[in-house]
Amino acid sequence: MQDTQENYTEKNTQPPPAPPEAVIQTEGLTKTYPNGTVAVNNLNLTIRKGEVYGLLGPNGSGKTTTILMLIGLTEATGGSVKVAGYNPLRNPLAVKRQVAYMPDSVGFYNELTAAENLDYTARLAQVPGDEIGPRIDESLEKMGLSGVKNRRVGTFSRGMRQRLALAEVLVKHPQIVILDEPTQGLDPESAHEFLLFIRSLRDDGMTVLLSSHLLDQVQQVCDRVGLFFEGRLILEGTVDELSSQVIGNHFQVQISAVSDNREEFHRKLSGLEGVEDVKIESHRLDEVYRSYLAKEREHAQS
Amino acid sequence: MHNREESALTGVGVVILKELRDYLGSTRMKLLIGLILITALASTYGAATRIRSLVGEDPFFLLGLFTVAGNPVPSFVSFLGFLVPLAAIALGFDAINSEYSRRTLSRVLSQPIYRDALITGKAIAAVSAIAIALLALWLLILGGGMLFFGIPPTGEQVARAFMFYLMTVLYAAIWVMLAMFFSVLFKQPATSALAALGVWLLITVFWPIIASVAAGALADPGTLAYAKIQQGISRLSPNTIYGEVTLALLNPTTRTLGPVVFSQLEGAILGTPLPLGVSLLLIWPHFSGLAGATLLLFAGVYVVFQRQEVRA
Repeated sequence: MQDTQENYTEKNTQPPPAPPEAVIQTEGLTKTYPNGTVAVNNLNLTIRKGEVYGLLGPNGSGKTTTILMLIGLTEATGGSVKVAGYNPLRNPLAVKRQVAYMPDSVGFYNELTAAENLDYTARLAQVPGDEIGPRIDESLEKMGLSGVKNRRVGTFSRGMRQRLALAEVLVKHPQIVILDEPTQGLDPESAHEFLLFIRSLRDDGMTVLLSSHLLDQVQQVCDRVGLFFEGRLILEGTVDELSSQVIGNHFQVQISAVSDNREEFHRKLSGLEGVEDVKIESHRLDEVYRSYLAKEREHAQS
Repeated sequence: MHNREESALTGVGVVILKELRDYLGSTRMKLLIGLILITALASTYGAATRIRSLVGEDPFFLLGLFTVAGNPVPSFVSFLGFLVPLAAIALGFDAINSEYSRRTLSRVLSQPIYRDALITGKAIAAVSAIAIALLALWLLILGGGMLFFGIPPTGEQVARAFMFYLMTVLYAAIWVMLAMFFSVLFKQPATSALAALGVWLLITVFWPIIASVAAGALADPGTLAYAKIQQGISRLSPNTIYGEVTLALLNPTTRTLGPVVFSQLEGAILGTPLPLGVSLLLIWPHFSGLAGATLLLFAGVYVVFQRQEVRA
C-alpha cells in the first residue's frame, strides 16, 4: 500500500519530455590513416530523430571521413558507431537501407537519362519493382526536373545534377539523409533554394545530417550544429546557444533603410542604449542582383 | 574480421543487367562486332571455297570452316585468337576506374550492396556480352555453312563446335579479368588500357619469339629437350593454350599436343579421328589451366578492389 503514495507523487510531477531517440551515435570514433594522419579524433556525436544537424568546419577537418564511417564506406580505427540501431561495419546493408547519402561531388552515368540513373540506384536500394516508376516521377517532380526526365544526364548543368542527386535521395524513402557539402558549387540563390528543400525533408519526418564549410549559409536550416576543427568536435549546440556561449549576449541587427543623410542615421542609431557599433554599408552585389531580378519578374507579370 | 549478415551478392542481378545493357548498346561493342564480323566473313568464305571439294571425303568438313586458311586470309580460329583478347580488353579496361572518374562509385556503394556484388556483376556482364556476340557469330557461321554446302552437320560436329565456342568464351574471360585487374590497379582509364594492350601484344606477338630464344639458350635446337622447353614456355601464354585447344577440338585426328617420339606411334592408325570424349581428355589440362588463371586473376581484382578507399 505504500506504493500508492509514491505512484501518486510520480503522476503529479510531470517528468520532462524524453528527448527523441538517437538515430546516429558515435563514441570515441577515431580514424587514423596508415601515414599517421588523424582525420577524426575521439568523436562523440549524438543526432536525434527528426533534427537537422550541421557538421561544419573548414575543408579537411574530417567531416567527409566521419560521414564515410557512418555509412560503413570507411572503417574506423577506434571507437564505435551506431546508425539506426545498427553497426555500419557489422550490418552495412541494414544501415544503407535506412540511410540515403549524397556525396560531396556527385556523378551520374552521363550516357543514361535522369530516370534511368534513378532507376538503377532504386533497384540497388531494393525499392519494390512496382513502386520504382511512381517514386521516380514524384521525386523528379518535387525537384523540378520532370521536364528533363528522359534527357541524358550528360547535358545537365551543375545545379541540375545536384537536384537530381537529391531526387535520388527521395526515391529511397530513407529514415536518415546524409548530405556532404550539398550546396557546393551552387550560386547563392540556388543554394538557398536547395537548403529550403533540405528543410522540407525534416518536415517529412527524416533526420538530416549535412556537412558544409559555408557556415553562414547553412546556419539558417540547422537545428543544431557541431563545429569541426582538425578532426575534433570543438563546439556543439544550437546556433543561438553557441553564439551566446562564445560571444555572450551580443547580437546583430540588420536594418534596411532609405535616406539621403547617412551620417544622421548613424548618429541616431549609435545613441540607442546598448548599441556597440554601427556600420552603414551599401547593399552587396548579390542583393542588388536578386532585387533586380525580382523587379524584372514583377514587370513581366503586369 | 566481421561476419557478414547477408549474402555478399545482394543486388548482383541489378548490376549485371545494367552493365550488360550498357555494353550491348555501346559504340565500342558495335565497332568490335563489326570488326570480328568482317574478318569472320573473309576467313570462312576463304575456307568454304577450299573445302568444298572435300565434302564427300571428310566427315568433319564443317569444322574446317573454323580452321582452314584460304590463301591469303588466315583461318577464323587464328583471327579469334588475336581479336577476342582485344574485344575483352575493350570491354574491361575501364570497368572500375571509370566509376571513380565519373564519381559514381560512392553513390552506388552507398546503396545496400556489398562491393562484391559490383565487381562480380561487372565481370559477369562483360563476359556475357562477349559470349552473346560470339554465340551469334557461331550460329551465323554454322548456319551459313549448312546453306553453302547443303549438308546438315552430324551431332559430333555440332558438339565439337559447341565445345570450341565454350572454350573461346573462357579464353575471353581470362582477358576480361586481366583488363579489369588493370582497371582496379590504375586510376586513369588510358593507363589501364595501355597496360592491358601491352600484355596483349607481348603475348600474341612476342611470346613465341621469346619462347624460342629462351629455349635456344637452354638447349640445342633440334633436340627433344629444346622442343619441350620451347613448348613449356610458350604454354604460359593463354594464346598458345587456346590454339592447342582449338586444334584438338576442331581437328579430330589430333592425337597429341606435345612432341612425340617415333616409338610412341607404334600401332597407331594415323589419320583416324578420335572420339569427342578422348579429345576432351586431351585438352582437360588446358581447360583447367585457363579456368584456374581466370579465377586467380578475378581473385586479384577482388582483393585489390576490396581494400581500396572509396574516396578517389
